[in-house]
Amino acid sequence: MIEVQDLTKSFGDKTAVDHVSFTVNKGEILGFLGPNGAGKTTTMRILTGFLPATSGTARIAGFDVFNDSMEVRKRIGYLPEAPPLYTDMEVETYLDFVARIKNVPAERRKMLIENALVKTNIEDKRHDLIKRLSRGYKQRVGIAQALVHDPDVIILDEPTVGLDPKQIIEVRHLIKGLAGSHTIILSTHILPEVSMTCDRVVIINAGKVVAVDTPANLTMQLKGGQRVHLEAQAEEGVLRSALQEIPAIRRVDLEPAGGNGRVAATIESAQGEDVRSQVAAKIVGRGWPLFELRGVNLSLEDVFLQLTTEDSEHAAKPAN
Amino acid sequence: MKGLYAIYRKEMGHYFVSPVAYIIVGVFLLLCAFFFTRLLTVVIEQSLEASMSGGGMPLDVPSIVVRYFFGTVSTLLLFLTPMLTMGVYSEERKRGTMELLMTSPLTDTQIVLGKFLASLTLLIIMLVPTFFYNAYVFLHSEPAAPWRILFTAYLGIFLLGAALLALGSFFSSLTESQIIASIVTFGGILLLWVVDYGTPGTGGVAAVLQYVSIFRHFDDFTRGVIDTTGLIFYASFIFLGLFLTVRSLDSMRWRRA
Repeated sequence: MIEVQDLTKSFGDKTAVDHVSFTVNKGEILGFLGPNGAGKTTTMRILTGFLPATSGTARIAGFDVFNDSMEVRKRIGYLPEAPPLYTDMEVETYLDFVARIKNVPAERRKMLIENALVKTNIEDKRHDLIKRLSRGYKQRVGIAQALVHDPDVIILDEPTVGLDPKQIIEVRHLIKGLAGSHTIILSTHILPEVSMTCDRVVIINAGKVVAVDTPANLTMQLKGGQRVHLEAQAEEGVLRSALQEIPAIRRVDLEPAGGNGRVAATIESAQGEDVRSQVAAKIVGRGWPLFELRGVNLSLEDVFLQLTTEDSEHAAKPAN
Repeated sequence: MKGLYAIYRKEMGHYFVSPVAYIIVGVFLLLCAFFFTRLLTVVIEQSLEASMSGGGMPLDVPSIVVRYFFGTVSTLLLFLTPMLTMGVYSEERKRGTMELLMTSPLTDTQIVLGKFLASLTLLIIMLVPTFFYNAYVFLHSEPAAPWRILFTAYLGIFLLGAALLALGSFFSSLTESQIIASIVTFGGILLLWVVDYGTPGTGGVAAVLQYVSIFRHFDDFTRGVIDTTGLIFYASFIFLGLFLTVRSLDSMRWRRA
């Protein structure tokens, strides 16, 4: 549905988006994750035809976003970071206006406006002036605006920013409910949002794509090693050297845990190696009491931080 | 065409949902009515004096009233049009709704024309009530005055107003601040008004400056003359204003937004 190839956007000598490539399949929710200023908004603006790319191509439903901009614009709904609301309009009047400028034929307009009101759960606010609505309702009107013409693709720029926790959950449910019939890209810098709502994640940092995968795979595979947490009763030095005899172990961090000479260890191993059984065999073989041994999953947060910080260190090197 | 109409509809709704349009139209009509009554009284008094002293031709009251009245109206427009146009684009830019318009299947031309036609409609709404009392004078004057003067005067004020609105829209599209838009528009109009002051009567530069002076062309219309120079001047002025506005919208895409 969406194909992005080597998309690059420079503002003067600053490159905001640097050779970004990814695809989104029909009915999928793609999360666009990155710290502030990573190039998420710029990428989305290029996809919506608001900004032209410096180089590279982006196609939506087979149409080039620059050369067939009008065809693309008919097929997308877009919620910018600040919802584009005419605050002195009533909700329904506003949605009617949006439906009109999106070329919705008169006979379908009423039905589609009704759908948008129902889906975003703002039916009882239809005659309210937008300026009188709370932040959460305004955001919903913004989402209603993005889906009122029943577009193939919905692009949401930080749809949950500024909402309270309850509203965030509601909006996430709403977005999940839209998948299937719509293809959705949403950007965020909030990690749980991605693991909760998205089928796939594109992590972007400093304009570059650093990872594309499902949230589960990202946490599982992408960040090389696995971590094991261990608690045993042994002398630190001896324990360390014993553990380092296992070839797959890369790093051992030790610290005393409680009294009685107990030691807690965090062990990092090479990618794809499960060292738990070897560690257990070693400890038991030496006759040390073993209190705890468990694998630690890297959270998406760890992955994200590692990916984005590694990248910035990388980028900083040539400058030195 | 549908997109253009949608924009037009929205703009009209916006004018009349806020008090701004009512206040501008109201103030305009109040001042017009005041000037008109004062003007009519003064001219009629002078006319009576002239006829009583028995000297020469009686005064052509309708023509004099039209000339002075529309002179005043043109000055009022100088003050009021910047307020009408200041928010047209700057407010959309500030609220972020420009992004909605520019990512919808609308061409920049549709946006610009839709908004311009809405402001023209408001201009007509402002001018129509004044027609009735002017027409009253023409209906009751003895001998009958040529209606042509009144119609050319309205054509002139409409063209002048349209030109000012086109200029104001352009300035509004350059900034996010309504205040800046209105001040720059006001200054621009004022400059175009006085641009031929103090120029020597003849010569190339003087001719150009006099041609550019936006109110000079208007005078002919209040005398019942439709000068093609004036028509072409206002038409090209409006076209240029709208063209620049379209270019200005397009350039938003290329700037860092």
